[in-house]
Amino acid sequence: MPRVVLALLALGLAAQVALKTTAPRPGASAEDLPPAPSIAALRLASFGEPVALAKGLMLYLQAFDYQSGSKVPYQQLDYDRVEAWLARILELDPQGQYPLLAASRLYAEVPIEAKQRSMLEFVYRQFLVDPNRRWPWLAHATVLAKHRLHDLPLALRYARAIQRSATAADVPPWAREMEAFILEDMNELEAARLVIGGYLHSGEVKDPGELRFLDGRLKELEKRARTPQK
Amino acid sequence: MPVVAALAKITLLEAIGNRLLWLAVAIIVIAFGLAQFLNQVAITETRDIQIALLAASLRVAAVFILAVFVITSMVRESSDKVTELLLSLPAPRSHYFFGKFLGYAAVGAILALLCALPLIPFAQPLGLALWTASLVCELLIVAAVSLFCVLSLTQVVPTFAAVGGFYLLSRSMAAMQTIANAPLLEHTFTDRMVSGVVDLIALLLPSLDRMTQTTWLLGGGYGNAVVAVFGQTAIYLILICAAGLFDLYRKNF
Repeated sequence: MPRVVLALLALGLAAQVALKTTAPRPGASAEDLPPAPSIAALRLASFGEPVALAKGLMLYLQAFDYQSGSKVPYQQLDYDRVEAWLARILELDPQGQYPLLAASRLYAEVPIEAKQRSMLEFVYRQFLVDPNRRWPWLAHATVLAKHRLHDLPLALRYARAIQRSATAADVPPWAREMEAFILEDMNELEAARLVIGGYLHSGEVKDPGELRFLDGRLKELEKRARTPQK
Repeated sequence: MPVVAALAKITLLEAIGNRLLWLAVAIIVIAFGLAQFLNQVAITETRDIQIALLAASLRVAAVFILAVFVITSMVRESSDKVTELLLSLPAPRSHYFFGKFLGYAAVGAILALLCALPLIPFAQPLGLALWTASLVCELLIVAAVSLFCVLSLTQVVPTFAAVGGFYLLSRSMAAMQTIANAPLLEHTFTDRMVSGVVDLIALLLPSLDRMTQTTWLLGGGYGNAVVAVFGQTAIYLILICAAGLFDLYRKNF
Protein backbone atom coordinates (compact mmCIF):
# COMPACT_ATOMS: atom_id res chain seq x y z
CA MET A 1 0.00 0.00 0.00
CA PRO A 2 1.41 3.46 -0.87
CA ARG A 3 2.43 5.43 2.21
CA VAL A 4 0.57 8.45 0.87
CA VAL A 5 -2.71 6.57 1.36
CA LEU A 6 -1.93 5.80 5.00
CA ALA A 7 -0.79 9.38 5.59
CA LEU A 8 -3.97 10.71 4.00
CA LEU A 9 -6.10 8.43 6.18
CA ALA A 10 -4.31 9.54 9.35
CA LEU A 11 -4.52 13.20 8.31
CA GLY A 12 -8.22 12.94 7.52
CA LEU A 13 -8.97 11.26 10.83
CA ALA A 14 -6.93 13.82 12.80
CA ALA A 15 -8.58 16.72 10.97
CA GLN A 16 -12.06 15.35 11.60
CA VAL A 17 -11.40 14.80 15.32
CA ALA A 18 -9.83 18.30 15.60
CA LEU A 19 -12.80 19.89 13.87
CA LYS A 20 -15.33 18.23 16.14
CA THR A 21 -13.28 18.95 19.26
CA THR A 22 -13.04 22.67 18.54
CA ALA A 23 -16.68 23.05 17.52
CA PRO A 24 -19.02 24.37 20.26
CA ARG A 25 -20.98 21.71 22.09
CA PRO A 26 -24.56 21.39 20.85
CA GLY A 27 -27.13 22.73 23.26
CA ALA A 28 -30.76 23.59 23.36
CA SER A 29 -31.16 27.20 24.44
CA ALA A 30 -34.55 28.63 25.31
CA GLU A 31 -34.82 30.78 22.21
CA ASP A 32 -34.30 27.73 20.00
CA LEU A 33 -37.58 26.10 21.09
CA PRO A 34 -39.65 26.14 17.90
CA PRO A 35 -43.43 26.38 17.79
CA ALA A 36 -45.15 23.02 18.21
CA PRO A 37 -46.33 21.43 14.94
CA SER A 38 -49.99 20.63 14.46
CA ILE A 39 -51.30 17.39 15.92
CA ALA A 40 -52.08 16.20 12.39
CA ALA A 41 -48.46 16.66 11.34
CA LEU A 42 -47.22 14.86 14.43
CA ARG A 43 -49.58 11.92 13.88
CA LEU A 44 -48.32 11.70 10.33
CA ALA A 45 -44.70 11.82 11.48
CA SER A 46 -45.30 9.13 14.08
CA PHE A 47 -45.93 6.46 11.36
CA GLY A 48 -48.41 4.71 13.58
CA GLU A 49 -46.33 4.97 16.77
CA PRO A 50 -47.82 8.00 18.56
CA VAL A 51 -46.81 6.78 22.02
CA ALA A 52 -43.15 6.33 21.05
CA LEU A 53 -43.13 9.75 19.37
CA ALA A 54 -44.70 11.31 22.47
CA LYS A 55 -42.00 9.84 24.73
CA GLY A 56 -39.26 11.01 22.40
CA LEU A 57 -40.74 14.50 22.12
CA MET A 58 -40.95 14.81 25.89
CA LEU A 59 -37.25 14.08 26.23
CA TYR A 60 -36.58 16.57 23.43
CA LEU A 61 -38.67 19.28 25.10
CA GLN A 62 -37.17 18.93 28.56
CA ALA A 63 -33.69 19.47 27.11
CA PHE A 64 -34.49 23.08 26.22
CA ASP A 65 -32.97 25.65 28.52
CA TYR A 66 -31.95 23.01 31.02
CA GLN A 67 -28.33 23.82 31.67
CA SER A 68 -26.54 22.25 34.59
CA GLY A 69 -24.78 25.51 35.33
CA SER A 70 -27.90 27.62 35.19
CA LYS A 71 -29.34 28.71 38.53
CA VAL A 72 -32.89 28.82 37.29
CA PRO A 73 -33.62 26.55 34.35
CA TYR A 74 -36.65 27.07 32.07
CA GLN A 75 -37.29 30.70 33.03
CA GLN A 76 -36.25 31.97 29.58
CA LEU A 77 -38.65 29.67 27.75
CA ASP A 78 -41.65 30.94 25.82
CA TYR A 79 -44.34 29.32 27.95
CA ASP A 80 -46.99 29.55 25.23
CA ARG A 81 -44.79 27.30 23.13
CA VAL A 82 -44.04 24.99 26.06
CA GLU A 83 -47.76 24.59 26.73
CA ALA A 84 -48.43 23.88 23.07
CA TRP A 85 -45.76 21.18 23.03
CA LEU A 86 -47.05 19.61 26.25
CA ALA A 87 -50.61 19.64 24.89
CA ARG A 88 -49.51 17.93 21.66
CA ILE A 89 -47.59 15.29 23.60
CA LEU A 90 -50.67 14.59 25.73
CA GLU A 91 -52.81 14.28 22.61
CA LEU A 92 -50.38 11.71 21.19
CA ASP A 93 -50.19 9.78 24.45
CA PRO A 94 -53.21 10.62 26.66
CA GLN A 95 -52.22 8.09 29.31
CA GLY A 96 -48.72 9.46 29.76
CA GLN A 97 -47.95 11.24 33.02
CA TYR A 98 -44.63 12.78 32.06
CA PRO A 99 -46.01 16.00 30.47
CA LEU A 100 -48.09 16.93 33.51
CA LEU A 101 -45.28 16.03 35.90
CA ALA A 102 -43.04 18.36 33.92
CA ALA A 103 -45.73 21.05 33.87
CA SER A 104 -46.46 20.96 37.59
CA ARG A 105 -43.03 20.12 39.03
CA LEU A 106 -40.60 21.71 36.57
CA TYR A 107 -42.15 24.49 34.55
CA ALA A 108 -44.49 25.71 37.31
CA GLU A 109 -41.60 26.01 39.75
CA VAL A 110 -39.88 28.96 38.02
CA PRO A 111 -40.03 32.08 40.23
CA ILE A 112 -41.99 34.16 37.69
CA GLU A 113 -45.59 34.51 38.82
CA ALA A 114 -47.16 34.99 35.38
CA LYS A 115 -45.48 31.85 34.08
CA GLN A 116 -46.39 29.88 37.18
CA ARG A 117 -50.05 30.86 36.85
CA SER A 118 -50.05 30.06 33.15
CA MET A 119 -48.64 26.59 33.75
CA LEU A 120 -50.98 25.89 36.67
CA GLU A 121 -53.96 26.78 34.48
CA PHE A 122 -52.63 24.42 31.83
CA VAL A 123 -52.49 21.62 34.42
CA TYR A 124 -56.06 22.49 35.48
CA ARG A 125 -57.38 22.34 31.89
CA GLN A 126 -55.66 19.02 31.26
CA PHE A 127 -56.94 17.63 34.57
CA LEU A 128 -60.51 18.22 33.41
CA VAL A 129 -59.86 15.96 30.39
CA ASP A 130 -59.08 12.90 32.54
CA PRO A 131 -59.60 13.71 36.24
CA ASN A 132 -59.25 10.21 37.64
CA ARG A 133 -55.80 9.78 36.16
CA ARG A 134 -54.47 13.33 36.33
CA TRP A 135 -55.54 14.41 39.83
CA PRO A 136 -52.00 14.15 41.37
CA TRP A 137 -50.76 17.00 39.21
CA LEU A 138 -53.67 19.26 40.08
CA ALA A 139 -53.12 18.41 43.75
CA HIS A 140 -49.55 19.64 43.39
CA ALA A 141 -50.84 22.71 41.57
CA THR A 142 -53.16 23.36 44.52
CA VAL A 143 -50.22 23.24 46.90
CA LEU A 144 -48.23 25.62 44.69
CA ALA A 145 -51.16 28.02 44.47
CA LYS A 146 -51.52 28.04 48.24
CA HIS A 147 -47.92 28.11 49.38
CA ARG A 148 -46.02 29.75 46.53
CA LEU A 149 -48.52 32.13 45.01
CA HIS A 150 -50.36 32.65 48.31
CA ASP A 151 -53.55 32.68 46.26
CA LEU A 152 -56.09 30.85 48.38
CA PRO A 153 -59.07 31.45 46.01
CA LEU A 154 -57.08 29.85 43.19
CA ALA A 155 -56.07 26.94 45.42
CA LEU A 156 -59.70 26.55 46.44
CA ARG A 157 -60.80 26.40 42.80
CA TYR A 158 -58.33 23.63 42.07
CA ALA A 159 -59.16 21.70 45.24
CA ARG A 160 -62.86 21.96 44.46
CA ALA A 161 -62.26 20.56 40.96
CA ILE A 162 -60.46 17.55 42.46
CA GLN A 163 -63.22 16.94 44.98
CA ARG A 164 -65.96 17.10 42.34
CA SER A 165 -64.30 15.44 39.34
CA ALA A 166 -61.76 12.91 40.69
CA THR A 167 -64.27 10.27 41.81
CA ALA A 168 -62.29 7.06 41.26
CA ALA A 169 -61.94 4.72 44.24
CA ASP A 170 -58.14 5.04 44.28
CA VAL A 171 -58.16 8.84 44.77
CA PRO A 172 -56.89 9.20 48.35
CA PRO A 173 -58.92 11.00 50.99
CA TRP A 174 -56.40 13.79 51.54
CA ALA A 175 -56.81 14.91 47.90
CA ARG A 176 -60.59 15.01 48.12
CA GLU A 177 -60.50 16.84 51.46
CA MET A 178 -58.20 19.66 50.38
CA GLU A 179 -61.19 21.92 49.66
CA ALA A 180 -62.35 21.86 53.27
CA PHE A 181 -58.95 22.68 54.70
CA ILE A 182 -58.38 25.53 52.29
CA LEU A 183 -61.76 26.98 53.24
CA GLU A 184 -60.66 26.76 56.86
CA ASP A 185 -57.45 28.60 56.02
CA MET A 186 -59.53 31.27 54.35
CA ASN A 187 -61.47 31.60 57.57
CA GLU A 188 -64.55 30.46 55.71
CA LEU A 189 -65.46 28.33 58.71
CA GLU A 190 -69.12 27.93 57.85
CA ALA A 191 -68.32 26.84 54.29
CA ALA A 192 -65.64 24.42 55.54
CA ARG A 193 -68.14 22.99 58.05
CA LEU A 194 -70.71 22.46 55.30
CA VAL A 195 -68.17 20.79 53.00
CA ILE A 196 -66.95 18.37 55.67
CA GLY A 197 -70.48 17.70 56.87
CA GLY A 198 -71.65 17.05 53.32
CA TYR A 199 -68.70 14.76 52.69
CA LEU A 200 -69.47 12.75 55.84
CA HIS A 201 -73.16 12.44 54.99
CA SER A 202 -72.49 11.43 51.38
CA GLY A 203 -71.33 8.00 52.51
CA GLU A 204 -68.17 8.22 50.38
CA VAL A 205 -65.95 7.97 53.46
CA LYS A 206 -65.64 4.34 54.49
CA ASP A 207 -62.43 4.24 56.51
CA PRO A 208 -63.14 4.43 60.31
CA GLY A 209 -59.95 6.41 60.97
CA GLU A 210 -60.86 8.97 58.34
CA LEU A 211 -64.41 9.21 59.70
CA ARG A 212 -63.09 9.93 63.18
CA PHE A 213 -60.64 12.51 61.85
CA LEU A 214 -63.26 14.37 59.81
CA ASP A 215 -65.76 14.22 62.64
CA GLY A 216 -63.17 15.76 64.96
CA ARG A 217 -62.47 18.53 62.42
CA LEU A 218 -66.18 19.21 62.11
CA LYS A 219 -66.60 19.59 65.86
CA GLU A 220 -63.60 21.89 66.00
CA LEU A 221 -64.99 24.06 63.21
CA GLU A 222 -68.35 24.26 64.93
CA LYS A 223 -66.62 25.34 68.14
CA ARG A 224 -64.61 28.00 66.32
CA ALA A 225 -67.70 29.22 64.51
CA ARG A 226 -69.49 29.74 67.84
CA THR A 227 -66.50 31.59 69.36
CA PRO A 228 -66.56 35.29 68.43
CA GLN A 229 -63.62 36.26 66.17
CA LYS A 230 -61.32 38.91 67.68
CA MET B 1 -43.80 -30.77 -1.59
CA PRO B 2 -40.07 -31.41 -1.34
CA VAL B 3 -39.16 -28.50 -3.61
CA VAL B 4 -40.93 -25.99 -1.35
CA ALA B 5 -39.26 -27.35 1.79
CA ALA B 6 -35.83 -27.48 0.12
CA LEU B 7 -36.08 -23.91 -1.15
CA ALA B 8 -37.23 -22.69 2.28
CA LYS B 9 -34.28 -24.44 3.91
CA ILE B 10 -31.81 -22.99 1.39
CA THR B 11 -33.20 -19.50 1.97
CA LEU B 12 -32.87 -19.86 5.73
CA LEU B 13 -29.31 -21.15 5.39
CA GLU B 14 -28.50 -18.20 3.14
CA ALA B 15 -29.67 -15.81 5.87
CA ILE B 16 -27.49 -17.56 8.43
CA GLY B 17 -24.55 -17.64 5.99
CA ASN B 18 -24.91 -13.88 5.36
CA ARG B 19 -24.63 -13.31 9.12
CA LEU B 20 -28.02 -11.66 8.95
CA LEU B 21 -28.98 -12.87 12.37
CA TRP B 22 -25.72 -11.58 13.85
CA LEU B 23 -26.53 -8.20 12.31
CA ALA B 24 -29.93 -8.35 13.98
CA VAL B 25 -28.30 -9.16 17.33
CA ALA B 26 -25.90 -6.21 16.92
CA ILE B 27 -28.78 -3.83 16.17
CA ILE B 28 -30.73 -5.15 19.14
CA VAL B 29 -27.76 -4.59 21.46
CA ILE B 30 -27.35 -1.03 20.15
CA ALA B 31 -31.07 -0.31 20.55
CA PHE B 32 -30.98 -1.70 24.09
CA GLY B 33 -28.00 0.54 24.90
CA LEU B 34 -29.84 3.55 23.52
CA ALA B 35 -32.85 2.75 25.65
CA GLN B 36 -30.63 2.52 28.74
CA PHE B 37 -29.12 5.91 27.89
CA LEU B 38 -32.56 7.47 27.59
CA ASN B 39 -33.46 5.86 30.89
CA GLN B 40 -30.81 8.06 32.52
CA VAL B 41 -32.19 11.21 30.91
CA ALA B 42 -35.85 10.76 31.79
CA ILE B 43 -37.10 11.84 35.19
CA THR B 44 -40.26 9.76 35.22
CA GLU B 45 -41.98 6.95 33.28
CA THR B 46 -38.52 5.56 32.61
CA ARG B 47 -39.80 2.02 32.02
CA ASP B 48 -42.47 3.24 29.61
CA ILE B 49 -39.97 5.36 27.71
CA GLN B 50 -37.55 2.45 27.42
CA ILE B 51 -40.28 0.17 26.16
CA ALA B 52 -41.73 2.68 23.70
CA LEU B 53 -38.48 3.78 22.12
CA LEU B 54 -36.93 0.31 22.12
CA ALA B 55 -40.01 -1.32 20.59
CA ALA B 56 -40.41 1.34 17.90
CA SER B 57 -36.78 1.17 16.83
CA LEU B 58 -36.66 -2.64 16.87
CA ARG B 59 -39.81 -2.83 14.76
CA VAL B 60 -38.36 -0.54 12.08
CA ALA B 61 -34.99 -2.32 12.20
CA ALA B 62 -36.59 -5.76 11.74
CA VAL B 63 -38.63 -4.54 8.76
CA PHE B 64 -35.58 -2.90 7.19
CA ILE B 65 -33.33 -5.96 7.64
CA LEU B 66 -35.91 -8.37 6.22
CA ALA B 67 -36.81 -6.17 3.25
CA VAL B 68 -33.16 -5.61 2.32
CA PHE B 69 -32.39 -9.33 2.65
CA VAL B 70 -35.33 -10.42 0.50
CA ILE B 71 -34.57 -7.86 -2.20
CA THR B 72 -30.80 -8.35 -2.41
CA SER B 73 -31.11 -12.13 -2.20
CA MET B 74 -33.60 -12.30 -5.07
CA VAL B 75 -31.69 -9.80 -7.23
CA ARG B 76 -28.44 -11.70 -6.71
CA GLU B 77 -30.17 -14.97 -7.56
CA SER B 78 -31.56 -13.43 -10.73
CA SER B 79 -28.17 -11.97 -11.73
CA ASP B 80 -26.47 -15.36 -11.21
CA LYS B 81 -29.19 -17.06 -13.29
CA VAL B 82 -30.05 -19.25 -10.34
CA THR B 83 -33.70 -18.24 -10.71
CA GLU B 84 -33.89 -19.72 -14.21
CA LEU B 85 -32.16 -22.86 -12.96
CA LEU B 86 -34.67 -23.30 -10.15
CA LEU B 87 -37.63 -22.59 -12.41
CA SER B 88 -36.38 -25.25 -14.82
CA LEU B 89 -36.94 -27.87 -12.10
CA PRO B 90 -39.92 -30.21 -12.67
CA ALA B 91 -42.17 -28.29 -10.33
CA PRO B 92 -44.76 -25.54 -10.80
CA ARG B 93 -43.63 -21.93 -10.50
CA SER B 94 -45.89 -21.60 -7.46
CA HIS B 95 -43.62 -24.10 -5.61
CA TYR B 96 -40.66 -21.80 -6.28
CA PHE B 97 -42.64 -18.79 -5.05
CA PHE B 98 -43.92 -20.44 -1.87
CA GLY B 99 -40.57 -22.08 -1.16
CA LYS B 100 -38.86 -18.68 -1.21
CA PHE B 101 -41.68 -17.07 0.75
CA LEU B 102 -41.60 -19.72 3.46
CA GLY B 103 -37.85 -19.28 3.80
CA TYR B 104 -38.21 -15.51 4.17
CA ALA B 105 -41.12 -16.00 6.54
CA ALA B 106 -38.92 -18.21 8.75
CA VAL B 107 -36.24 -15.48 8.78
CA GLY B 108 -38.93 -12.94 9.71
CA ALA B 109 -40.18 -15.09 12.56
CA ILE B 110 -36.67 -15.48 13.95
CA LEU B 111 -36.11 -11.72 13.67
CA ALA B 112 -39.35 -11.04 15.54
CA LEU B 113 -38.39 -13.41 18.36
CA LEU B 114 -34.95 -11.79 18.63
CA CYS B 115 -36.57 -8.35 18.80
CA ALA B 116 -38.82 -9.50 21.63
CA LEU B 117 -35.90 -10.65 23.79
CA PRO B 118 -34.72 -7.23 25.05
CA LEU B 119 -38.31 -6.30 25.93
CA ILE B 120 -38.82 -9.25 28.27
CA PRO B 121 -37.49 -7.46 31.41
CA PHE B 122 -39.77 -4.45 30.84
CA ALA B 123 -43.02 -5.40 29.14
CA GLN B 124 -46.19 -7.09 30.33
CA PRO B 125 -46.08 -10.79 29.27
CA LEU B 126 -49.46 -10.85 27.52
CA GLY B 127 -48.77 -7.58 25.74
CA LEU B 128 -45.32 -8.80 24.71
CA ALA B 129 -46.75 -12.04 23.33
CA LEU B 130 -49.31 -10.10 21.30
CA TRP B 131 -46.71 -7.60 20.12
CA THR B 132 -44.35 -10.38 19.02
CA ALA B 133 -47.10 -12.27 17.19
CA SER B 134 -48.14 -9.05 15.49
CA LEU B 135 -44.54 -8.30 14.49
CA VAL B 136 -44.31 -11.77 12.92
CA CYS B 137 -47.46 -10.98 10.93
CA GLU B 138 -46.11 -7.56 9.91
CA LEU B 139 -42.84 -9.13 8.74
CA LEU B 140 -44.78 -11.75 6.77
CA ILE B 141 -46.55 -8.95 4.93
CA VAL B 142 -43.26 -7.11 4.31
CA ALA B 143 -41.63 -10.31 3.04
CA ALA B 144 -44.52 -10.99 0.67
CA VAL B 145 -44.58 -7.42 -0.64
CA SER B 146 -40.79 -7.39 -1.07
CA LEU B 147 -40.94 -10.69 -2.97
CA PHE B 148 -43.73 -9.40 -5.21
CA CYS B 149 -41.94 -6.10 -5.90
CA VAL B 150 -38.57 -7.70 -6.66
CA LEU B 151 -40.14 -10.20 -9.06
CA SER B 152 -41.76 -7.27 -10.86
CA LEU B 153 -39.06 -4.61 -10.73
CA THR B 154 -35.95 -6.90 -10.65
CA GLN B 155 -33.57 -4.11 -9.48
CA VAL B 156 -32.49 -3.27 -5.91
CA VAL B 157 -33.04 0.49 -5.75
CA PRO B 158 -36.51 0.76 -7.30
CA THR B 159 -37.68 -2.31 -5.38
CA PHE B 160 -36.41 -0.93 -2.08
CA ALA B 161 -38.02 2.44 -2.84
CA ALA B 162 -41.32 0.72 -3.63
CA VAL B 163 -41.26 -1.42 -0.48
CA GLY B 164 -40.19 1.52 1.67
CA GLY B 165 -42.92 3.69 0.24
CA PHE B 166 -45.50 0.95 0.73
CA TYR B 167 -44.47 0.46 4.37
CA LEU B 168 -44.40 4.13 5.32
CA LEU B 169 -47.67 4.79 3.50
CA SER B 170 -49.36 1.85 5.19
CA ARG B 171 -48.30 3.06 8.62
CA SER B 172 -49.32 6.65 8.06
CA MET B 173 -52.47 6.11 5.97
CA ALA B 174 -54.83 6.47 8.94
CA ALA B 175 -53.35 9.88 9.75
CA MET B 176 -53.55 10.90 6.09
CA GLN B 177 -57.21 9.92 5.89
CA THR B 178 -57.93 11.94 9.03
CA ILE B 179 -56.25 14.98 7.53
CA ALA B 180 -57.86 14.56 4.11
CA ASN B 181 -61.35 14.21 5.59
CA ALA B 182 -61.09 17.25 7.84
CA PRO B 183 -60.16 20.33 5.80
CA LEU B 184 -60.17 23.60 7.69
CA LEU B 185 -62.55 25.30 5.29
CA GLU B 186 -65.65 24.17 3.44
CA HIS B 187 -65.30 20.98 1.38
CA THR B 188 -64.57 21.93 -2.23
CA PHE B 189 -64.62 19.60 -5.22
CA THR B 190 -60.82 19.32 -5.01
CA ASP B 191 -61.02 18.40 -1.31
CA ARG B 192 -63.53 15.67 -2.06
CA MET B 193 -61.43 14.36 -4.91
CA VAL B 194 -58.26 14.29 -2.81
CA SER B 195 -60.16 12.63 0.01
CA GLY B 196 -61.55 10.06 -2.42
CA VAL B 197 -58.09 9.26 -3.83
CA VAL B 198 -56.66 8.87 -0.34
CA ASP B 199 -59.54 6.57 0.65
CA LEU B 200 -59.05 4.52 -2.52
CA ILE B 201 -55.35 4.06 -1.81
CA ALA B 202 -56.18 3.15 1.78
CA LEU B 203 -58.44 0.34 0.52
CA LEU B 204 -55.44 -1.33 -1.09
CA LEU B 205 -53.05 -0.98 1.86
CA PRO B 206 -52.91 -3.07 5.04
CA SER B 207 -53.59 -1.29 8.34
CA LEU B 208 -50.03 -1.53 9.60
CA ASP B 209 -50.66 1.34 12.02
CA ARG B 210 -52.97 -1.00 13.99
CA MET B 211 -50.38 -3.75 14.17
CA THR B 212 -47.49 -4.17 16.60
CA GLN B 213 -48.66 -1.34 18.85
CA THR B 214 -46.49 -0.05 21.65
CA THR B 215 -49.54 0.42 23.91
CA TRP B 216 -49.86 -3.37 24.16
CA LEU B 217 -46.43 -3.52 25.75
CA LEU B 218 -47.46 -0.88 28.27
CA GLY B 219 -50.36 -3.03 29.37
CA GLY B 220 -53.47 -1.87 27.61
CA GLY B 221 -55.57 -1.47 24.49
CA TYR B 222 -55.74 -5.13 23.45
CA GLY B 223 -59.40 -5.03 22.42
CA ASN B 224 -59.99 -7.38 19.50
CA ALA B 225 -56.41 -6.87 18.35
CA VAL B 226 -55.72 -10.58 17.83
CA VAL B 227 -58.59 -11.02 15.41
CA ALA B 228 -57.80 -7.77 13.60
CA VAL B 229 -54.09 -8.53 13.21
CA PHE B 230 -54.44 -12.13 12.07
CA GLY B 231 -57.40 -11.33 9.85
CA GLN B 232 -55.58 -8.48 8.12
CA THR B 233 -52.44 -10.59 7.70
CA ALA B 234 -54.30 -13.55 6.19
CA ILE B 235 -56.23 -11.42 3.72
CA TYR B 236 -53.25 -9.37 2.63
CA LEU B 237 -50.99 -12.40 2.22
CA ILE B 238 -53.58 -14.01 -0.05
CA LEU B 239 -53.77 -10.79 -2.09
CA ILE B 240 -50.03 -10.23 -2.43
CA CYS B 241 -49.15 -13.88 -3.01
CA ALA B 242 -51.81 -14.02 -5.73
CA ALA B 243 -50.36 -10.86 -7.30
CA GLY B 244 -46.85 -12.28 -7.06
CA LEU B 245 -47.89 -15.58 -8.67
CA PHE B 246 -49.74 -13.70 -11.42
CA ASP B 247 -46.55 -11.78 -12.22
CA LEU B 248 -44.35 -14.88 -11.99
CA TYR B 249 -46.54 -16.94 -14.30
CA ARG B 250 -46.75 -14.25 -16.97
CA LYS B 251 -42.96 -13.68 -17.08
CA ASN B 252 -40.81 -15.28 -19.79
CA PHE B 253 -37.48 -16.39 -18.36
